Amino acid sequence: MEKLSCVGKSLPRKDALIKATGAAQYAADRDFAGMLYAAAVRSPRPRIKILSISDAKARRVPGYVTLVTYKDIKGVNKWPVVMHDYPFLPEKEARFAGETIALVVAKTAGAAKKAAALVELKYKELPFVADPLRALEKDSVKIHGEDNVFSSFVIKKGSVDEAFEKAAFTAEGEFSTNYQVHAYLETQGAIALPEPGGGMTVHSTTQCPFYILDAVAAALAQPYHKIKILQTVTGGGFGGKEDVPALVASHAAICAAKVGRPVKLIYGRKEDFQSMSKRHPGWAKVAYAADKNGRLTACRVKYVLDGGAYSTLSPIVLWRGTVHAAGPYKIANVDIKTYAAATNKVPCGAFRGFGQPQICFAQESLIDELAEKTGMDPVQFRLKNMLEPGDKTVTGQKLNSCCGLKEIVQAVRKRSGWDKKVKGRGPGAGGPDVVAGIGFSATYYGVGLGAGGRYLDRAGAMVNIYKDSSVSVSVGNAEMGQGALTVLAQIAAETLNAPYEGVKVEEVDSSKVPDSGPTVASRTTLMSGNAIVDAATPLRERIFKTAFDLLVAAGADASKPMTAGGGVFSMGGKSVEFRPVAAECWRRRLKMCEQGWYTAPRTSFKNEDGQGDAYVIYSYSANAAEVEVDLKTGVLKVKKIWAAYDVGRIVNPRLALGQAQGGILQGMSWAVYENLVYKNGIMVNPNFTDYVIATTADKPEYDITFIEKPYKDGPYHAKGMGEVPLIGVAPAIANAVKNACGARVTSVPLLPEKIWKELKKA
Amino acid sequence: MSAKKNTTPAVFALSCAVNGQRTELEIPSSLSLLDFIRETLGLKGTKEGCGEGECGACMVLVNGRAVNSCLMMAVQLHGKELVTIEGIKGKAGGLHPLQKTFMAEGAVQCGFCTPGLIIASEALLRRKPKATLEEIKLELTGNLCRCTGYEKVLSAVEKARGK
Ligand code: FES
Ligand code: FES
Repeated sequence: MEKLSCVGKSLPRKDALIKATGAAQYAADRDFAGMLYAAAVRSPRPRIKILSISDAKARRVPGYVTLVTYKDIKGVNKWPVVMHDYPFLPEKEARFAGETIALVVAKTAGAAKKAAALVELKYKELPFVADPLRALEKDSVKIHGEDNVFSSFVIKKGSVDEAFEKAAFTAEGEFSTNYQVHAYLETQGAIALPEPGGGMTVHSTTQCPFYILDAVAAALAQPYHKIKILQTVTGGGFGGKEDVPALVASHAAICAAKVGRPVKLIYGRKEDFQSMSKRHPGWAKVAYAADKNGRLTACRVKYVLDGGAYSTLSPIVLWRGTVHAAGPYKIANVDIKTYAAATNKVPCGAFRGFGQPQICFAQESLIDELAEKTGMDPVQFRLKNMLEPGDKTVTGQKLNSCCGLKEIVQAVRKRSGWDKKVKGRGPGAGGPDVVAGIGFSATYYGVGLGAGGRYLDRAGAMVNIYKDSSVSVSVGNAEMGQGALTVLAQIAAETLNAPYEGVKVEEVDSSKVPDSGPTVASRTTLMSGNAIVDAATPLRERIFKTAFDLLVAAGADASKPMTAGGGVFSMGGKSVEFRPVAAECWRRRLKMCEQGWYTAPRTSFKNEDGQGDAYVIYSYSANAAEVEVDLKTGVLKVKKIWAAYDVGRIVNPRLALGQAQGGILQGMSWAVYENLVYKNGIMVNPNFTDYVIATTADKPEYDITFIEKPYKDGPYHAKGMGEVPLIGVAPAIANAVKNACGARVTSVPLLPEKIWKELKKA
Repeated sequence: MSAKKNTTPAVFALSCAVNGQRTELEIPSSLSLLDFIRETLGLKGTKEGCGEGECGACMVLVNGRAVNSCLMMAVQLHGKELVTIEGIKGKAGGLHPLQKTFMAEGAVQCGFCTPGLIIASEALLRRKPKATLEEIKLELTGNLCRCTGYEKVLSAVEKARGK
């Protein structure tokens, strides 16, 4: 790969200073003159028929302004996301406990909450279904269509039955995973400001400003150009701020349109738990077959996601899970069937990994079981079967040279001391009853939206060089903590040869950049990065030409090549900085502002048989987990995680490491601790006291390696990495538990009682 | 902003120091310390992550000790010194060593936990300037961070020791 001056360096994070000093303005931190506050009235039961809503008592709260119901919606009462089945506010029926039924507007946040609690809702309970497998049975209560199936996919290849008949070894298992709550530290929130003439400006925490634009325009029945979405500094997303901020912002906008004043709607943690999206609980039945040499010959999968009460993003989450369901292996015969089921619980959506971690837990656990049957070491078994450049995935997609899976597996194997450690479960450090073990997993991840979201996979950018040579970059993808503002500034600075300090990437303003799709699917570096390169390239030509002229005028030897780097242009012993070059461009009246665009290449995947190219390019991870299990109590402690990734070129190593460590801990926290409980359709523990996430005390040691396989179509050869580190963590831990104590736990989280139960059996 | 049951909330004459400035204010006695900081004083660097004492995003120093301001009433500040993230400064003004190490180490991602983490770390290092890694880990268990995996947070605090 070529040597670069900006890309590939751990340059300082652009937004670190305002965040470390408390100056950063998140949604809740913004106030406007005349601003009122909204609070939601929520459904108390899993499924109800709404009979009446009355604010007779709420009116007595000092500061009360008004009650807002579906009747106040000027536009179509359908939130426009994928299947359009979720009303902004329900009219007759509410479908999950926690669903917003109405909103109260008041002069203070406290008054709004108090009044919302006093709104009287008369309702009749309706029969509901809470279990996704039950929902798929013929005689279940129906809440969506004739079969409670939001969507369903298949991948079919070869003759699976025959392969299983002929197999020398087979393994089969049922696995399940629980919800995961995003637990972004900043809850959802938006402020809507009415503009003269029916327009609306919305400030919102979000990953996807353009989803909000779609929703607010629809709710208010206004043309897009009257609506402006401004992303506020966003306190974590992880997928949880993909779709649902559009609902929250629409609620704020519906209120603001009614009262004609700015309205702020900030969620409390409890309602955020109860009503905002989650990682889908997953259930899977997986079977693998192998020949006598330990080569995988077939895979059969049935995979069900618990979609909740409305479809939201379930269809595309399920699609990603479907495509990756067999794992990163060469398998000739495949039969994968997947379903997203409707239940009367919180609608689930995007969460880092997007339908992959659930099925990855199942299939990577089962790969270990099969390896054991063949008598092979789990890593050797994987190496024998895994995808390499030129191989075909289960959808028949031929992988190009940008596939470093084997190298990363070898890297983790070496660094973790796998060959020695895997042989014997050793005593742990935590006392006589504690045993140690190690486990492995390997994954692949289609970068971007792929065929599942092909119409959304494009991005725009605007690069503007001011007279003083400072550079402003506008993009349509969002900073949510992952470091987009920094990484994209590095890409812009690299292309322009501008000093990095002088480049600023702006938070998204929907009126400045065309719809660039969502900030999801680890696509921002790739999509917005390429759009920036596209915008900056003509500017670069002008700047480089002008720099050349200036150097010649200064007496440089023009027979020597001009070099550029770090904001300086040099030739034949002379040099000139970016600033005078930009000034000269302006003096020459050159165009110093350009738009850029990038469209993802076409994909050929067909839904009928699940064959074809699903994604343009894949990233890869390999993980090893070392754990200790207390044989008396079943308590599990994760000691160390080794991981290696092929995510293309790393734009900023320090940020990449942060993404890796954060992703690993999120994956581990889901695997070991996080346990959201529903009883009879009601969420039991919607708070951080009873829903435990990993703290500093739980943090394992991390050992992270990047193997940078250049991706020819990525900006400076980058792919995408945001989600990659999380996906394979849970099965690596489960496999380590098995290695440590012989207990095969088939459901996430791996709570002590589950391990203990398996220990009793063993 | 919690309103009282009766319509005329009892008013309290609060006298305290806020980031080194003497402050005298009449406040409703039902006001939480967090709302006092964010809404009355307009200091928005202190965050609300849960409102229930579980996340540490709302941490401030009261007489040098880190407290979750969502769990305290503003009246409890009477006669005391409050320091919020806006009042965290280096010895010669400018950035505090913890702010510098948090930035340099890459301990800041979405940043929502950062003010609380810096406050909690400052309270610890004031008490135990040579705190060990284990002590730092233990002290910071009350500060949730969903982004960083804590590694860089811990190394940032370690590097700020003795500065
Ligand atoms: S807001 Fe105070 S501890 Fe979470
Ligand atoms: S940086 Fe996002 S919660 Fe800590």
